[in-house]
Amino acid sequence: MSSKQMYQEVILDHCKKPRNWGQLSNATHKAEGINPLCGDHIWVSMNVVDEKISDIQYEGESCAICMASGSMMTAKVKGKACSEAIDLTEQFRVLTTEEESKVEPSGLGSLAVFSGIRDLPSRVKCALLPWHTLIAAINSQSEISTEGDKDPVPGSGTKKG
Amino acid sequence: MGKIDREVVTVDLDAESIKKDFPILSNSENNKSLVYLDSGASAQMPQLVIDRINHYHQHEHANIHRGVYDLSEQATISYESVRSTVARFLNVADTSEVIFTKGTTHAINLVAHAFGRTFVRAGDEIVISHMEHHSNIVPWQQLCEEVGATLKIIPISDIGELDMEAYGRLLSERTKIVAVTHVSNVLGTINPIKEMVALAHSKDIPVLVDGAQGAPHMKVDIQDLDCDFYIFSGHKVCGPTGIGILYGKRNWLERMNPYEGGGDMILSVTFEKTTYAEIPAKFEAGTPPIASAIGLGEAIKYLEAIGLERIEKHEKVLTRYATEALTEINGLTVYGTAPNKAGVISFGVKGVHPHDMGTLLSDDGVAVRAGHHCAQPVMQRFKVPATTRASFYLYNTLEDIDRLVSSVRNAKKIFS
Repeated sequence: MSSKQMYQEVILDHCKKPRNWGQLSNATHKAEGINPLCGDHIWVSMNVVDEKISDIQYEGESCAICMASGSMMTAKVKGKACSEAIDLTEQFRVLTTEEESKVEPSGLGSLAVFSGIRDLPSRVKCALLPWHTLIAAINSQSEISTEGDKDPVPGSGTKKG
Repeated sequence: MGKIDREVVTVDLDAESIKKDFPILSNSENNKSLVYLDSGASAQMPQLVIDRINHYHQHEHANIHRGVYDLSEQATISYESVRSTVARFLNVADTSEVIFTKGTTHAINLVAHAFGRTFVRAGDEIVISHMEHHSNIVPWQQLCEEVGATLKIIPISDIGELDMEAYGRLLSERTKIVAVTHVSNVLGTINPIKEMVALAHSKDIPVLVDGAQGAPHMKVDIQDLDCDFYIFSGHKVCGPTGIGILYGKRNWLERMNPYEGGGDMILSVTFEKTTYAEIPAKFEAGTPPIASAIGLGEAIKYLEAIGLERIEKHEKVLTRYATEALTEINGLTVYGTAPNKAGVISFGVKGVHPHDMGTLLSDDGVAVRAGHHCAQPVMQRFKVPATTRASFYLYNTLEDIDRLVSSVRNAKKIFS
Protein backbone atom coordinates (compact mmCIF):
# COMPACT_ATOMS: atom_id res chain seq x y z
CA MET A 1 0.00 0.00 0.00
CA SER A 2 1.40 3.41 -0.91
CA SER A 3 1.56 6.14 1.71
CA LYS A 4 -1.09 7.93 -0.29
CA GLN A 5 -3.50 5.03 0.08
CA MET A 6 -2.72 4.78 3.77
CA TYR A 7 -3.40 8.47 4.19
CA GLN A 8 -6.62 8.24 2.26
CA GLU A 9 -7.83 5.37 4.41
CA VAL A 10 -6.92 6.74 7.83
CA ILE A 11 -7.09 10.44 7.26
CA LEU A 12 -10.38 10.86 5.51
CA ASP A 13 -12.08 9.37 8.50
CA HIS A 14 -10.14 9.85 11.71
CA CYS A 15 -8.35 13.11 11.04
CA LYS A 16 -11.39 15.00 10.00
CA LYS A 17 -13.57 13.47 12.71
CA PRO A 18 -11.28 12.39 15.54
CA ARG A 19 -13.03 10.11 18.05
CA ASN A 20 -13.06 10.86 21.77
CA TRP A 21 -11.47 14.25 21.20
CA GLY A 22 -10.80 16.38 24.26
CA GLN A 23 -9.64 16.08 27.86
CA LEU A 24 -11.69 14.53 30.65
CA SER A 25 -12.19 17.04 33.44
CA ASN A 26 -12.15 14.47 36.23
CA ALA A 27 -9.65 12.03 34.86
CA THR A 28 -8.19 9.48 37.24
CA HIS A 29 -5.22 8.97 34.95
CA LYS A 30 -3.63 11.29 32.42
CA ALA A 31 -0.38 11.87 30.57
CA GLU A 32 1.20 14.23 28.08
CA GLY A 33 3.16 12.97 25.08
CA ILE A 34 5.77 14.96 23.18
CA ASN A 35 7.78 14.19 20.09
CA PRO A 36 10.26 17.07 20.20
CA LEU A 37 11.66 16.25 16.78
CA CYS A 38 8.48 17.02 14.90
CA GLY A 39 6.54 19.02 17.46
CA ASP A 40 3.78 16.46 18.10
CA HIS A 41 2.26 17.30 21.46
CA ILE A 42 -0.70 15.31 22.79
CA TRP A 43 -2.69 14.53 25.93
CA VAL A 44 -4.42 11.31 26.94
CA SER A 45 -6.85 11.36 29.86
CA MET A 46 -8.80 8.40 31.26
CA ASN A 47 -11.14 7.26 33.94
CA VAL A 48 -10.05 3.89 35.27
CA VAL A 49 -12.54 1.98 37.40
CA ASP A 50 -11.70 -1.49 38.71
CA GLU A 51 -8.65 -1.71 36.43
CA LYS A 52 -10.90 -0.97 33.46
CA ILE A 53 -10.77 2.07 31.13
CA SER A 54 -14.32 3.29 31.48
CA ASP A 55 -13.66 6.50 29.53
CA ILE A 56 -10.79 7.93 27.53
CA GLN A 57 -10.14 11.14 25.65
CA TYR A 58 -7.35 12.30 23.44
CA GLU A 59 -6.32 15.77 22.29
CA GLY A 60 -3.33 17.52 20.81
CA GLU A 61 -1.48 19.11 17.96
CA SER A 62 0.20 16.67 15.67
CA CYS A 63 0.65 15.29 12.20
CA ALA A 64 -2.11 13.22 10.62
CA ILE A 65 -0.50 9.87 11.38
CA CYS A 66 -0.27 10.65 15.10
CA MET A 67 -3.78 12.07 15.16
CA ALA A 68 -5.38 9.12 13.40
CA SER A 69 -3.44 6.64 15.49
CA GLY A 70 -4.65 8.40 18.67
CA SER A 71 -8.22 8.56 17.52
CA MET A 72 -8.34 4.89 16.59
CA MET A 73 -6.55 3.95 19.79
CA THR A 74 -9.18 5.58 22.00
CA ALA A 75 -11.95 3.80 20.12
CA LYS A 76 -10.07 0.52 20.51
CA VAL A 77 -9.25 0.60 24.22
CA LYS A 78 -12.37 2.27 25.60
CA GLY A 79 -14.12 -0.21 27.87
CA LYS A 80 -11.15 -2.56 27.95
CA ALA A 81 -9.12 -3.65 30.97
CA CYS A 82 -5.80 -1.84 31.44
CA SER A 83 -4.00 -5.14 30.94
CA GLU A 84 -5.70 -5.56 27.56
CA ALA A 85 -4.71 -2.01 26.56
CA ILE A 86 -1.10 -2.80 27.43
CA ASP A 87 -1.31 -5.95 25.35
CA LEU A 88 -2.78 -4.06 22.38
CA THR A 89 -0.01 -1.47 22.65
CA GLU A 90 2.58 -4.23 22.35
CA GLN A 91 0.71 -5.66 19.34
CA PHE A 92 0.69 -2.21 17.74
CA ARG A 93 4.40 -1.79 18.36
CA VAL A 94 5.13 -5.13 16.71
CA LEU A 95 2.86 -4.23 13.80
CA THR A 96 4.63 -0.96 13.12
CA THR A 97 8.23 -1.83 13.89
CA GLU A 98 8.90 -5.56 13.46
CA GLU A 99 9.35 -7.52 10.26
CA GLU A 100 6.12 -8.57 8.63
CA SER A 101 6.75 -12.26 9.35
CA LYS A 102 6.73 -11.59 13.10
CA VAL A 103 3.31 -9.97 13.05
CA GLU A 104 0.63 -12.40 14.15
CA PRO A 105 -3.05 -11.99 13.44
CA SER A 106 -4.15 -9.80 16.28
CA GLY A 107 -6.99 -7.94 17.81
CA LEU A 108 -6.00 -4.65 16.26
CA GLY A 109 -8.68 -4.75 13.57
CA SER A 110 -8.76 -1.59 11.48
CA LEU A 111 -5.52 -0.42 13.10
CA ALA A 112 -3.80 -2.88 10.76
CA VAL A 113 -3.74 -0.02 8.26
CA PHE A 114 -0.68 1.24 10.15
CA SER A 115 1.44 -1.72 9.03
CA GLY A 116 2.57 0.50 6.12
CA ILE A 117 4.41 2.70 8.63
CA ARG A 118 7.06 -0.01 8.85
CA ASP A 119 8.38 1.25 5.51
CA LEU A 120 8.52 4.84 6.78
CA PRO A 121 10.86 4.55 9.77
CA SER A 122 10.96 8.31 10.23
CA ARG A 123 7.21 8.27 10.89
CA VAL A 124 6.99 5.32 13.28
CA LYS A 125 7.28 7.57 16.31
CA CYS A 126 4.30 9.60 15.11
CA ALA A 127 2.10 6.49 15.10
CA LEU A 128 3.45 5.20 18.42
CA LEU A 129 3.25 8.42 20.44
CA PRO A 130 -0.44 8.09 21.45
CA TRP A 131 0.13 4.50 22.57
CA HIS A 132 3.16 5.35 24.63
CA THR A 133 1.21 8.20 26.17
CA LEU A 134 -1.57 5.72 26.95
CA ILE A 135 0.91 3.49 28.77
CA ALA A 136 2.27 6.50 30.62
CA ALA A 137 -1.27 7.42 31.67
CA ILE A 138 -1.96 3.88 32.86
CA ASN A 139 1.26 4.03 34.87
CA SER A 140 0.35 7.61 35.83
CA GLN A 141 3.55 9.14 34.54
CA SER A 142 2.81 12.73 33.83
CA GLU A 143 4.89 13.17 30.70
CA ILE A 144 6.34 10.93 28.04
CA SER A 145 8.84 11.81 25.36
CA THR A 146 9.85 9.87 22.28
CA GLU A 147 13.49 10.72 22.88
CA GLY A 148 16.32 9.51 25.07
CA ASP A 149 15.70 6.53 27.35
CA LYS A 150 12.04 6.57 26.41
CA ASP A 151 12.74 6.23 22.69
CA PRO A 152 10.42 3.44 21.51
CA VAL A 153 12.53 2.83 18.43
CA PRO A 154 16.10 4.01 19.02
CA GLY A 155 17.79 5.24 15.90
CA SER A 156 14.66 5.34 13.79
CA GLY A 157 13.58 8.85 14.55
CA THR A 158 12.89 11.81 12.39
CA LYS A 159 16.09 13.05 10.86
CA LYS A 160 18.02 14.80 13.55
CA GLY A 161 20.06 17.90 13.01
CA MET B 1 8.18 40.56 -11.11
CA GLY B 2 7.31 39.07 -14.47
CA LYS B 3 6.78 35.44 -15.34
CA ILE B 4 9.91 33.36 -15.84
CA ASP B 5 10.99 32.80 -19.40
CA ARG B 6 11.99 29.12 -19.63
CA GLU B 7 14.30 29.82 -22.56
CA VAL B 8 16.56 32.05 -20.50
CA VAL B 9 17.29 29.19 -18.11
CA THR B 10 18.14 26.62 -20.74
CA VAL B 11 20.41 29.00 -22.60
CA ASP B 12 22.38 30.03 -19.53
CA LEU B 13 22.82 26.67 -17.82
CA ASP B 14 21.65 23.40 -19.29
CA ALA B 15 20.46 21.69 -16.13
CA GLU B 16 18.93 18.84 -18.12
CA SER B 17 22.34 17.97 -19.49
CA ILE B 18 24.07 18.56 -16.13
CA LYS B 19 21.64 16.10 -14.58
CA LYS B 20 23.15 13.39 -16.80
CA ASP B 21 26.47 13.85 -14.97
CA PHE B 22 24.80 12.55 -11.80
CA PRO B 23 24.12 8.80 -11.87
CA ILE B 24 21.61 8.87 -9.03
CA LEU B 25 19.51 11.42 -10.91
CA SER B 26 19.70 9.77 -14.31
CA ASN B 27 19.84 6.09 -13.41
CA SER B 28 17.06 4.58 -15.51
CA GLU B 29 16.55 1.60 -13.22
CA ASN B 30 14.90 2.96 -10.12
CA ASN B 31 15.58 6.64 -9.88
CA LYS B 32 14.27 7.72 -13.22
CA SER B 33 11.55 9.71 -11.59
CA LEU B 34 13.51 11.06 -8.64
CA VAL B 35 13.08 14.79 -8.17
CA TYR B 36 15.84 15.62 -5.72
CA LEU B 37 15.12 18.85 -3.84
CA ASP B 38 17.18 18.27 -0.71
CA SER B 39 20.62 19.47 -1.76
CA GLY B 40 20.57 21.82 1.23
CA ALA B 41 20.95 18.68 3.35
CA SER B 42 23.33 16.89 1.01
CA ALA B 43 24.09 17.36 -2.68
CA GLN B 44 24.49 14.46 -5.09
CA MET B 45 27.87 13.47 -6.53
CA PRO B 46 28.65 13.57 -10.25
CA GLN B 47 30.12 10.45 -11.86
CA LEU B 48 33.58 11.99 -12.19
CA VAL B 49 33.81 12.55 -8.43
CA ILE B 50 32.74 8.97 -7.77
CA ASP B 51 35.30 7.78 -10.35
CA ARG B 52 38.05 9.86 -8.80
CA ILE B 53 37.38 8.38 -5.36
CA ASN B 54 37.29 4.86 -6.78
CA HIS B 55 40.51 5.45 -8.70
CA TYR B 56 42.22 6.57 -5.52
CA HIS B 57 41.11 3.43 -3.70
CA GLN B 58 42.07 1.16 -6.57
CA HIS B 59 45.43 2.68 -7.53
CA GLU B 60 46.67 5.35 -5.16
CA HIS B 61 45.87 4.55 -1.55
CA ALA B 62 48.54 4.86 1.13
CA ASN B 63 48.77 6.97 4.25
CA ILE B 64 49.95 10.51 3.72
CA HIS B 65 52.80 12.50 5.28
CA ARG B 66 54.45 9.25 6.42
CA GLY B 67 55.87 6.77 3.95
CA VAL B 68 58.91 7.51 1.83
CA TYR B 69 57.77 5.07 -0.84
CA ASP B 70 56.22 6.22 -4.10
CA LEU B 71 52.63 5.38 -3.29
CA SER B 72 52.62 7.39 -0.09
CA GLU B 73 54.43 10.30 -1.73
CA GLN B 74 51.83 10.32 -4.50
CA ALA B 75 48.90 10.14 -2.04
CA THR B 76 50.42 13.07 -0.14
CA ILE B 77 50.75 15.10 -3.33
CA SER B 78 47.14 14.38 -4.36
CA TYR B 79 45.83 15.22 -0.90
CA GLU B 80 47.85 18.43 -0.56
CA SER B 81 46.89 19.58 -4.04
CA VAL B 82 43.28 19.74 -2.85
CA ARG B 83 44.37 22.35 -0.33
CA SER B 84 45.48 24.52 -3.24
CA THR B 85 42.23 23.81 -5.09
CA VAL B 86 40.23 24.94 -2.06
CA ALA B 87 42.42 28.03 -1.66
CA ARG B 88 41.69 28.97 -5.28
CA PHE B 89 37.97 28.18 -4.83
CA LEU B 90 37.72 30.59 -1.87
CA ASN B 91 40.36 33.04 -3.17
CA VAL B 92 42.61 32.43 -0.19
CA ALA B 93 46.18 33.68 -0.72
CA ASP B 94 47.95 31.58 1.91
CA THR B 95 47.29 27.84 1.37
CA SER B 96 48.33 27.02 4.97
CA GLU B 97 45.21 28.81 6.14
CA VAL B 98 43.07 25.99 4.66
CA ILE B 99 42.42 23.21 7.18
CA PHE B 100 40.73 19.90 6.45
CA THR B 101 38.00 18.92 8.91
CA LYS B 102 35.31 16.26 9.03
CA GLY B 103 32.66 18.77 8.05
CA THR B 104 31.06 22.05 9.02
CA THR B 105 29.99 20.89 12.49
CA HIS B 106 33.47 19.61 13.27
CA ALA B 107 35.05 22.84 12.04
CA ILE B 108 32.79 25.06 14.17
CA ASN B 109 33.51 22.89 17.19
CA LEU B 110 37.20 23.21 16.41
CA VAL B 111 37.03 27.00 16.49
CA ALA B 112 34.71 27.10 19.52
CA HIS B 113 37.24 24.98 21.41
CA ALA B 114 40.55 26.22 20.06
CA PHE B 115 39.63 29.91 19.77
CA GLY B 116 37.14 29.87 22.65
CA ARG B 117 39.41 28.24 25.21
CA THR B 118 42.24 30.57 24.22
CA PHE B 119 40.48 33.92 24.00
CA VAL B 120 37.08 33.78 25.76
CA ARG B 121 36.79 34.42 29.50
CA ALA B 122 34.07 34.85 32.11
CA GLY B 123 31.97 37.94 31.41
CA ASP B 124 32.79 37.94 27.67
CA GLU B 125 30.11 37.77 24.99
CA ILE B 126 29.69 35.80 21.79
CA VAL B 127 27.31 37.11 19.13
CA ILE B 128 25.35 34.71 16.91
CA SER B 129 22.06 35.17 15.05
CA HIS B 130 18.52 33.86 15.43
CA MET B 131 18.80 32.02 12.10
CA GLU B 132 21.75 29.77 12.94
CA HIS B 133 21.83 26.02 12.39
CA HIS B 134 22.17 24.11 15.68
CA SER B 135 25.80 23.45 14.78
CA ASN B 136 26.50 27.18 15.03
CA ILE B 137 24.60 27.50 18.32
CA VAL B 138 25.41 24.50 20.49
CA PRO B 139 29.25 24.66 20.40
CA TRP B 140 29.08 28.33 21.47
CA GLN B 141 26.53 27.56 24.16
CA GLN B 142 28.81 24.85 25.51
CA LEU B 143 31.73 27.27 25.47
CA CYS B 144 29.69 29.92 27.31
CA GLU B 145 28.64 27.45 29.99
CA GLU B 146 32.20 26.29 30.45
CA VAL B 147 33.88 29.68 30.78
CA GLY B 148 30.99 31.80 32.05
CA ALA B 149 30.49 33.86 28.90
CA THR B 150 27.14 35.00 27.47
CA LEU B 151 25.53 34.31 24.12
CA LYS B 152 23.95 37.32 22.39
CA ILE B 153 21.46 36.84 19.58
CA ILE B 154 20.98 39.07 16.53
CA PRO B 155 17.20 39.17 15.96
CA ILE B 156 15.56 38.55 12.58
CA SER B 157 12.67 40.33 10.90
CA ASP B 158 9.39 38.83 9.69
CA ILE B 159 10.79 38.34 6.20
CA GLY B 160 13.85 36.62 7.62
CA GLU B 161 16.55 39.29 7.48
CA LEU B 162 19.02 40.07 10.22
CA ASP B 163 18.30 43.23 12.19
CA MET B 164 21.49 45.10 11.34
CA GLU B 165 20.82 47.94 13.77
CA ALA B 166 20.47 45.48 16.61
CA TYR B 167 23.66 43.77 15.40
CA GLY B 168 25.56 47.03 15.69
CA ARG B 169 24.23 47.55 19.21
CA LEU B 170 25.22 44.03 20.30
CA LEU B 171 28.90 44.54 19.48
CA SER B 172 30.78 45.77 22.51
CA GLU B 173 34.18 45.59 24.14
CA ARG B 174 32.98 42.34 25.74
CA THR B 175 32.28 40.70 22.36
CA LYS B 176 35.01 38.17 21.59
CA ILE B 177 33.69 36.71 18.34
CA VAL B 178 30.73 36.92 15.94
CA ALA B 179 29.57 33.59 14.46
CA VAL B 180 27.00 33.95 11.72
CA THR B 181 25.68 31.94 8.81
CA HIS B 182 26.37 33.07 5.25
CA VAL B 183 23.01 31.72 4.05
CA SER B 184 20.14 30.52 6.24
CA ASN B 185 19.43 26.81 5.68
CA VAL B 186 15.74 27.41 6.41
CA LEU B 187 14.93 30.91 5.17
CA GLY B 188 17.44 31.11 2.33
CA THR B 189 18.46 34.63 3.36
CA ILE B 190 21.91 35.65 2.13
CA ASN B 191 23.41 37.71 4.93
CA PRO B 192 25.46 40.88 4.28
CA ILE B 193 28.68 39.26 5.46
CA LYS B 194 31.06 41.87 4.10
CA GLU B 195 29.22 44.64 5.89
CA MET B 196 28.98 42.61 9.10
CA VAL B 197 32.70 41.82 9.04
CA ALA B 198 33.63 45.47 8.46
CA LEU B 199 31.48 46.56 11.40
CA ALA B 200 32.94 43.89 13.71
CA HIS B 201 36.49 44.65 12.60
CA SER B 202 35.99 48.33 13.37
CA LYS B 203 35.74 47.11 16.96
CA ASP B 204 38.53 44.52 16.59
CA ILE B 205 36.10 41.61 16.80
CA PRO B 206 36.77 38.55 14.60
CA VAL B 207 33.98 36.95 12.56
CA LEU B 208 33.33 33.29 11.81
CA VAL B 209 31.09 32.54 8.83
CA ASP B 210 29.19 29.26 8.56
CA GLY B 211 29.36 28.81 4.81
CA ALA B 212 27.67 25.40 4.61
CA GLN B 213 24.86 26.91 2.51
CA GLY B 214 27.03 29.62 0.97
CA ALA B 215 30.12 28.15 -0.69
CA PRO B 216 28.16 25.55 -2.69
CA HIS B 217 25.90 28.14 -4.26
CA MET B 218 27.87 31.31 -4.97
CA LYS B 219 31.37 32.57 -5.58
CA VAL B 220 33.02 33.16 -2.21
CA ASP B 221 35.94 35.57 -2.16
CA ILE B 222 37.61 35.40 1.25
CA GLN B 223 39.90 38.36 0.56
CA ASP B 224 36.88 40.47 -0.31
CA LEU B 225 34.73 39.32 2.61
CA ASP B 226 37.73 39.61 4.96
CA CYS B 227 36.15 37.26 7.50
CA ASP B 228 38.43 35.54 10.00
CA PHE B 229 37.01 32.03 9.64
CA TYR B 230 34.95 30.51 6.81
CA ILE B 231 33.63 26.98 6.94
CA PHE B 232 31.88 24.59 4.57
CA SER B 233 31.20 20.87 3.99
CA GLY B 234 32.31 18.63 1.14
CA HIS B 235 29.01 16.81 0.72
CA LYS B 236 27.12 20.02 0.04
CA VAL B 237 29.41 20.94 -2.89
CA CYS B 238 28.83 17.64 -4.76
CA GLY B 239 31.68 15.96 -2.88
CA PRO B 240 31.60 13.08 -0.40
CA THR B 241 30.68 13.13 3.29
CA GLY B 242 33.29 13.13 6.05
CA ILE B 243 35.28 16.08 4.72
CA GLY B 244 34.93 19.79 5.33
CA ILE B 245 36.98 22.94 5.19
CA LEU B 246 37.96 25.49 7.78
CA TYR B 247 39.59 28.62 6.45
CA GLY B 248 41.18 30.64 9.24
CA LYS B 249 43.41 33.68 9.26
CA ARG B 250 46.98 32.73 10.09
CA ASN B 251 47.11 35.38 12.79
CA TRP B 252 44.34 33.58 14.74
CA LEU B 253 45.23 29.99 13.91
CA GLU B 254 48.79 30.42 15.11
CA ARG B 255 47.67 31.77 18.47
CA MET B 256 45.01 29.10 19.02
CA ASN B 257 45.79 25.88 20.87
CA PRO B 258 45.20 22.63 18.98
CA TYR B 259 41.71 21.10 19.22
CA GLU B 260 42.68 17.43 19.01
CA GLY B 261 46.01 15.86 19.79
CA GLY B 262 47.63 12.92 18.04
CA GLY B 263 49.75 11.97 15.07
CA ASP B 264 50.48 14.41 12.26
CA MET B 265 49.97 17.52 14.38
CA ILE B 266 53.30 17.50 16.23
CA LEU B 267 56.90 18.51 15.69
CA SER B 268 58.28 16.39 18.51
CA VAL B 269 56.92 14.39 21.41
CA THR B 270 58.59 13.35 24.64
CA PHE B 271 56.81 12.33 27.84
CA GLU B 272 57.74 15.73 29.24
CA LYS B 273 56.63 17.96 26.40
CA THR B 274 55.06 18.04 22.95
CA THR B 275 55.88 20.70 20.40
CA TYR B 276 53.08 21.28 17.93
CA ALA B 277 53.42 21.43 14.17
CA GLU B 278 52.83 24.61 12.20
CA ILE B 279 49.44 25.29 10.64
CA PRO B 280 47.63 23.63 8.96
CA ALA B 281 49.02 20.34 10.39
CA LYS B 282 48.50 21.63 13.96
CA PHE B 283 44.74 21.22 13.47
CA GLU B 284 44.81 17.95 11.52
CA ALA B 285 45.49 15.23 14.08
CA GLY B 286 45.31 11.64 12.88
CA THR B 287 44.89 10.11 9.45
CA PRO B 288 42.41 12.24 7.54
CA PRO B 289 39.71 10.97 5.14
CA ILE B 290 42.16 11.07 2.22
CA ALA B 291 39.80 9.72 -0.42
CA SER B 292 37.09 12.16 0.64
CA ALA B 293 39.50 15.08 0.43
CA ILE B 294 40.54 14.05 -3.07
CA GLY B 295 36.86 13.66 -4.02
CA LEU B 296 36.19 17.15 -2.69
CA GLY B 297 38.97 18.54 -4.88
CA GLU B 298 37.39 16.91 -7.92
CA ALA B 299 33.93 18.25 -6.97
CA ILE B 300 35.25 21.78 -6.67
CA LYS B 301 36.90 21.56 -10.09
CA TYR B 302 33.60 20.32 -11.51
CA LEU B 303 31.67 23.28 -10.04
CA GLU B 304 34.35 25.73 -11.18
CA ALA B 305 34.20 24.37 -14.73
CA ILE B 306 30.47 25.10 -14.81
CA GLY B 307 30.98 28.39 -12.99
CA LEU B 308 29.69 29.43 -9.57
CA GLU B 309 28.19 32.63 -10.97
CA ARG B 310 26.13 30.63 -13.46
CA ILE B 311 25.03 28.20 -10.75
CA GLU B 312 23.96 31.08 -8.54
CA LYS B 313 22.02 32.68 -11.36
CA HIS B 314 20.35 29.38 -12.26
CA GLU B 315 19.25 28.84 -8.66
CA LYS B 316 17.84 32.35 -8.48
CA VAL B 317 15.69 31.65 -11.53
CA LEU B 318 14.51 28.34 -10.05
CA THR B 319 13.74 30.02 -6.73
CA ARG B 320 11.74 32.79 -8.33
CA TYR B 321 9.85 30.34 -10.52
CA ALA B 322 9.09 28.01 -7.59
CA THR B 323 8.09 30.87 -5.28
CA GLU B 324 5.63 32.21 -7.83
CA ALA B 325 4.09 28.79 -8.49
CA LEU B 326 3.91 27.74 -4.84
CA THR B 327 2.40 30.98 -3.58
CA GLU B 328 -0.44 30.56 -6.04
CA ILE B 329 -1.57 27.63 -3.88
CA ASN B 330 -4.25 28.68 -1.42
CA GLY B 331 -3.20 28.38 2.22
CA LEU B 332 0.49 28.04 1.42
CA THR B 333 2.94 30.21 3.36
CA VAL B 334 6.59 30.68 2.43
CA TYR B 335 8.87 31.31 5.43
CA GLY B 336 11.74 33.57 4.46
CA THR B 337 11.04 36.13 1.77
CA ALA B 338 14.15 38.30 1.90
CA PRO B 339 14.91 39.97 -1.45
CA ASN B 340 18.47 38.58 -1.41
CA LYS B 341 17.77 34.89 -1.18
CA ALA B 342 19.43 31.61 -2.19
CA GLY B 343 17.78 28.46 -3.55
CA VAL B 344 15.93 27.45 -0.41
CA ILE B 345 12.15 27.56 0.02
CA SER B 346 10.59 26.62 3.35
CA PHE B 347 6.84 26.46 3.34
CA GLY B 348 3.77 25.29 5.16
CA VAL B 349 0.30 24.47 3.90
CA LYS B 350 -2.63 25.17 6.16
CA GLY B 351 -4.10 21.93 7.48
CA VAL B 352 -1.21 19.73 6.32
CA HIS B 353 1.56 18.90 8.78
CA PRO B 354 5.01 19.22 7.13
CA HIS B 355 5.84 15.60 7.91
CA ASP B 356 2.68 14.42 6.19
CA MET B 357 3.57 16.68 3.28
CA GLY B 358 7.08 15.19 3.08
CA THR B 359 5.76 11.63 3.14
CA LEU B 360 3.15 12.32 0.44
CA LEU B 361 5.66 14.12 -1.79
CA SER B 362 7.97 11.12 -1.41
CA ASP B 363 5.17 8.95 -2.80
CA ASP B 364 5.47 11.00 -5.99
CA GLY B 365 9.26 10.68 -6.06
CA VAL B 366 9.82 14.24 -4.82
CA ALA B 367 12.51 14.33 -2.12
CA VAL B 368 12.27 17.32 0.22
CA ARG B 369 13.22 17.89 3.83
CA ALA B 370 10.51 18.13 6.48
CA GLY B 371 11.15 19.07 10.06
CA HIS B 372 12.89 21.77 12.05
CA HIS B 373 16.00 21.66 9.84
CA CYS B 374 18.28 21.71 12.89
CA ALA B 375 17.19 25.29 13.42
CA GLN B 376 14.57 25.14 16.17
CA PRO B 377 14.98 28.83 17.11
CA VAL B 378 13.89 29.73 13.56
CA MET B 379 10.79 27.52 13.99
CA GLN B 380 10.06 29.28 17.30
CA ARG B 381 10.51 32.67 15.65
CA PHE B 382 7.91 31.86 13.00
CA LYS B 383 5.72 29.91 15.48
CA VAL B 384 5.65 26.65 13.55
CA PRO B 385 6.70 23.18 14.76
CA ALA B 386 8.29 22.35 11.42
CA THR B 387 8.32 23.31 7.76
CA THR B 388 8.69 21.54 4.44
CA ARG B 389 11.83 22.67 2.62
CA ALA B 390 12.76 22.42 -1.03
CA SER B 391 16.36 23.33 -1.84
CA PHE B 392 17.80 23.63 -5.33
CA TYR B 393 21.09 23.00 -7.02
CA LEU B 394 22.67 23.10 -10.46
CA TYR B 395 21.02 19.86 -11.60
CA ASN B 396 17.46 20.95 -10.86
CA THR B 397 15.19 21.91 -13.72
CA LEU B 398 11.96 23.84 -14.10
CA GLU B 399 10.29 20.45 -14.68
CA ASP B 400 11.46 19.37 -11.21
CA ILE B 401 9.67 22.38 -9.79
CA ASP B 402 6.54 21.67 -11.79
CA ARG B 403 6.54 18.17 -10.27
CA LEU B 404 6.99 19.64 -6.78
CA VAL B 405 4.13 22.08 -7.23
CA SER B 406 1.75 19.49 -8.63
CA SER B 407 2.65 17.06 -5.84
CA VAL B 408 2.02 19.74 -3.19
CA ARG B 409 -1.36 20.43 -4.78
CA ASN B 410 -2.20 16.71 -4.71
CA ALA B 411 -1.20 16.38 -1.06
CA LYS B 412 -3.37 19.35 -0.22
CA LYS B 413 -6.28 17.74 -2.03
CA ILE B 414 -6.01 14.60 0.10
CA PHE B 415 -6.47 16.70 3.20
CA SER B 416 -9.25 18.91 1.89
